[in-house]
Amino acid sequence: MDSRIWQHPIIDFGERKGREIYFNFNGKPIKAYEGETIAAALYASGVRVFGRSIRFQRPRGWFCAIGKCSSCLMKVDGIPNVRTCITLVKDGMNVEYQDPRPNLPEKTEFECEHVKVETDIAVIGGGPAGLSAILSLNELGVDSLIIDENPWLGGQLIKQTHKFFGSKASYAGIRGIKIAEILLGELRKENVKSLENSSVIACYREGKGFKITAVKGHSTLYEIDAKGLLVATGAMENMLAFPNNDLPGVCGAGGVQTLMNVYGVKPGENALMVGAGNVGLIVAYQLAQAGVNVKMIVEAAPKIGGYLVHAAKVRRMGIPILTRHSIKAAIGKDHVEGAVITKLDENWNPIEGTEFEVEVDLICLAVGLTPSTEILMQIGCEHAYVPELGGHVAIHDKFLKTTLDNVYLAGDVSGIEEASTAMMEGKIAAATAAIDMGVNVEKAENLRKKSLHELELLRSSPFSKRVITGKEKVYSLMEEISCG
Amino acid sequence: MGRLHEGVISVEDLKDILPPKERLEKGPVAIIECIESIPCDPCSLVCKQGAIIKPSISTPPRVDYDKCIGCGACVPICPGLAIFMVDYTYSEDKGLVYLPYEFTPLPEKGEEVIALNREGKEVGMAEVVKVITYPDKTSVVCIAVDKDLVMEVRFFRRKENGEKG
Ligand SMILES: Cc1cc2nc3c(=O)[nH]c(=O)nc-3n(C[C@H](O)[C@H](O)[C@H](O)COP(=O)(O)OP(=O)(O)OC[C@H]3O[C@@H](n4cnc5c(N)ncnc54)[C@H](O)[C@@H]3O)c2cc1C
Ligand code: SF4
Ligand code: SF4
Ligand code: FES
Repeated sequence: MDSRIWQHPIIDFGERKGREIYFNFNGKPIKAYEGETIAAALYASGVRVFGRSIRFQRPRGWFCAIGKCSSCLMKVDGIPNVRTCITLVKDGMNVEYQDPRPNLPEKTEFECEHVKVETDIAVIGGGPAGLSAILSLNELGVDSLIIDENPWLGGQLIKQTHKFFGSKASYAGIRGIKIAEILLGELRKENVKSLENSSVIACYREGKGFKITAVKGHSTLYEIDAKGLLVATGAMENMLAFPNNDLPGVCGAGGVQTLMNVYGVKPGENALMVGAGNVGLIVAYQLAQAGVNVKMIVEAAPKIGGYLVHAAKVRRMGIPILTRHSIKAAIGKDHVEGAVITKLDENWNPIEGTEFEVEVDLICLAVGLTPSTEILMQIGCEHAYVPELGGHVAIHDKFLKTTLDNVYLAGDVSGIEEASTAMMEGKIAAATAAIDMGVNVEKAENLRKKSLHELELLRSSPFSKRVITGKEKVYSLMEEISCG
Repeated sequence: MGRLHEGVISVEDLKDILPPKERLEKGPVAIIECIESIPCDPCSLVCKQGAIIKPSISTPPRVDYDKCIGCGACVPICPGLAIFMVDYTYSEDKGLVYLPYEFTPLPEKGEEVIALNREGKEVGMAEVVKVITYPDKTSVVCIAVDKDLVMEVRFFRRKENGEKG
């Protein structure tokens, strides 16, 4: 079986794929292309079960595809707990299922390089927020470094094949994948320092500055000394509680988007989308573009949550959207074979007798995101639970300063929003950092003013009301804290 | 009750913004089915005639039908794929619908396809009159349908192997 996509309306995968290589999976050779992750190559060749649960040995598949959920862990070249969804496959690599509770290898035979790096501002996360931040820092003459754990910089942009809304300043009308290319092009041109495929695993305060530990696979350990931090780690997709939600084939909608649009692998034949917000609507459309039959979109609320134009686009293709409906259970033994759908009453409770089954091999969950705020928590920034922003967020002001000196944040980690707003926040946070350091203050102030204005425009639609409410909550908490 | 809550737009929802009959009879004209306040403006920037009015980035666009010359430039630009163009002057009994299309393979000129309405329901047959491709990969497909379907048809599907119309 080979479920790679060769014909696609937007992306030329033939041009994108690297050299054909082979790796071993549980001793059997499997074909892959350079540039694919282990998980993508396995999925393309028909592997659905990626591991087993600890107690009941239930089969588990991948979920997020961007290194955030740990459901794809395998033993790679003797080392357990490798996130196969963000580890690039190599010729001759040995990949195998791991014991659900693996031990570390007794003898470490691999060589690990220890590299020390110094910088003024370390930007953690290379999505639209982090990229805009580092480009602005660079423009303002602040010595900086960007670190990202995925094989490619660009965050969620690199899977967004649709054209963006927004203003000219936020690249409206251009596809997300192109925006990523534009930002990365500037990054290369400016020779910005970047560490790719490197996860920040810890971050501590040291004196007035910070010490960051990052690892690149098992080959390099980075010890980074920074005077300031700009955290732009994005968000993680939410799970939904229903029986069998751990079956392989129940995936995050964004994860599915990564598999098909970044790695060119068809995620299934027949899909169910849960959630009619923008993510659900857009990914449903993109599944159709990849040749997947989207049977329906179910939405628990009485009305679609995403933009009408996105909904209209899937409706006219014949994809039904069932409001006040939700998934009751996934069906299947080792992999999703179907789903039970139920109607909901006004109080969001299932109405008995309304259940029906759909035959699908893929269930995509598009039920919201939660800010990835672990690093900010570890370092001691004060947090608050703000439902309008997607969960716990570090308390911050409108200049994107946290409760700790020299720690800034931008993008989805500061509240779930959009790439367009993430880019503006990246610029604002970078300008604030420069102002605080006393570097190029006048220019930084101008940049900040301009970006704050752009951000205000982007948030001027009624769809932004919720975010604005959430942001106002955090700003006032910040004021309380700074007034003591 | 309308069905906007489940993503289906109807002519009724658009009645205040559709061109008057006299304008439709004059030739091709843009139909913008974007009625929500979303922060977006590429349409108003692309129209060289200044026919797309958008007082602020979050106000839904309106077309000044006296200024619109039916050039079609706005159809492939819209990130929401919400702009169409119609032409009632094509022939005695057929009108044209220009629609944005992002699927592969593209239909061929002269091909008979199945016309779909805003809900994806099959409402008749259509003939592909023109396929215009652009470097950014959103193509515009122009199909001819019966005149009474011009305001209903917003998509099409290609016939499957052996399928009859
Ligand atoms: C399907 C879908 C459609 C969307 N459509 C639109 C749209 O049309 N318009 C729009 O404006 N927005 C859209 N968005 C939203 C937009 O993609 C996000 O809001 C945006 O990507 C957030 O940017 P970010 O930089 O904060 O985070 P991300 O893009 O998520 O980037 C975060 C980066 O941080 C890295 N990272 C995280 N933790 C670590 C660590 N410990 N060490 C190192 N690196 C780390 C990750 O690898 C990642 O690359 C869409 C989102 C989805 C899922
Ligand atoms: S068809 Fe041409 S003139 Fe008419 S609104 Fe569109 S871009 Fe403007
Ligand atoms: S470009 Fe399209 S989605 Fe954007 S405002 Fe214009 S019509 Fe609406
Ligand atoms: S960490 Fe690999 S699928 Fe989530």
